[in-house]
Amino acid sequence: MDRMTLAALAALVAFSAPGKVFAGSEDVVVEQPWARASIGVSRPGAAYMTVLNKGEEAVTLTGLSTPLAKMLEIHRSSTTAEGLSTMAPAGEITISPGESVALEPGGLHAMLMRLQTAMIEGETFPLTLAFSDGGEVTVDVPILGIAARGPEG
Amino acid sequence: MRRRAVLKFGAAGVGAFGLTLAVGWWRADGPGALAPVGERPLPLSEMGFRLTDHEGQLVEPSDLIGQPSLVFFGFTYCPDVCPTTLSDISGWLDALAEDADRLNVVFITVDPERDTVDAMAEYVGYFHPAIRGWTGPEDQVAQAVEDFRATYEKVPAEVGGYTMNHTASVFLFDASGDFASTIDYHEPREYAVPKIRRAIEETSEGAT
Ligand SMILES: [Cu+2]
Repeated sequence: MDRMTLAALAALVAFSAPGKVFAGSEDVVVEQPWARASIGVSRPGAAYMTVLNKGEEAVTLTGLSTPLAKMLEIHRSSTTAEGLSTMAPAGEITISPGESVALEPGGLHAMLMRLQTAMIEGETFPLTLAFSDGGEVTVDVPILGIAARGPEG
Repeated sequence: MRRRAVLKFGAAGVGAFGLTLAVGWWRADGPGALAPVGERPLPLSEMGFRLTDHEGQLVEPSDLIGQPSLVFFGFTYCPDVCPTTLSDISGWLDALAEDADRLNVVFITVDPERDTVDAMAEYVGYFHPAIRGWTGPEDQVAQAVEDFRATYEKVPAEVGGYTMNHTASVFLFDASGDFASTIDYHEPREYAVPKIRRAIEETSEGAT
């Protein structure tokens, strides 16, 4: 087997089944993903979910991607003591064994910037979470209404 | 009408740009001096701004006097906190049922550059029908923010464009237009709704 085939195979494994080769991310479970519909493509969108680490090793979430948006980042919304609401990239997020991180309204969110297509209520889109061990987890994110408050709408 | 120049908006934007290039992102603190903690909004009768609602009508704060009012700031390009605030408030209004008709609910944009009357109309249309969207010229929005003793600043985003930092509290006024209290957008419905109900009930008592 030549190099190219090996690389292709590795990529295939990484994409389809984050199997035994990775240390940590194969034990990551993403629960209750959801996103709000967008109005057109000029406004950024937001997606939410709970990321659980069911393994014995800490995992670090290093990046996100989706065909829906050219740029994706995890942001944290916070409110200063003076009541000023701000938003900034949260950077890499490390999840200890047995712990979970909640992306929820008013806190952490996956921010979808430079949307390629509008986020339409009722549709879903694939979202890939990349981890520091090289593994990836892809989930289908249902798009709820703009006024949705949680995964149940 | 008072039109104090609010320089912090422009200064924060320009100043932040250089810093953002270095730091790579938005910043929360800066020259946009915040109103001192605890400073209360003016009574609606003393505010001096004029805006346009999402149906194209000219509006001013004194229009709100006569019923209790909930007023908050935001912008429609806000992906997280603003839709959450609007849907939380929609939830409170649902809980108030028909009493929601005895309340003014106003969402004032801090981003009139992008939030035109049409943009506001489309956006508020996704939430409770009692919510009105107000926008207008830059100087009038700045005056509104100042009259509420709120704050906002424009912050460049790394992918181009910009976002806005802004006061997230919801301001509650009584029927005579005096400031009553603030409600945090994340405040659970079981705390928020009684606060609003009290303001509505005080109105009916005052009327008898
Ligand atoms: Cu964000």
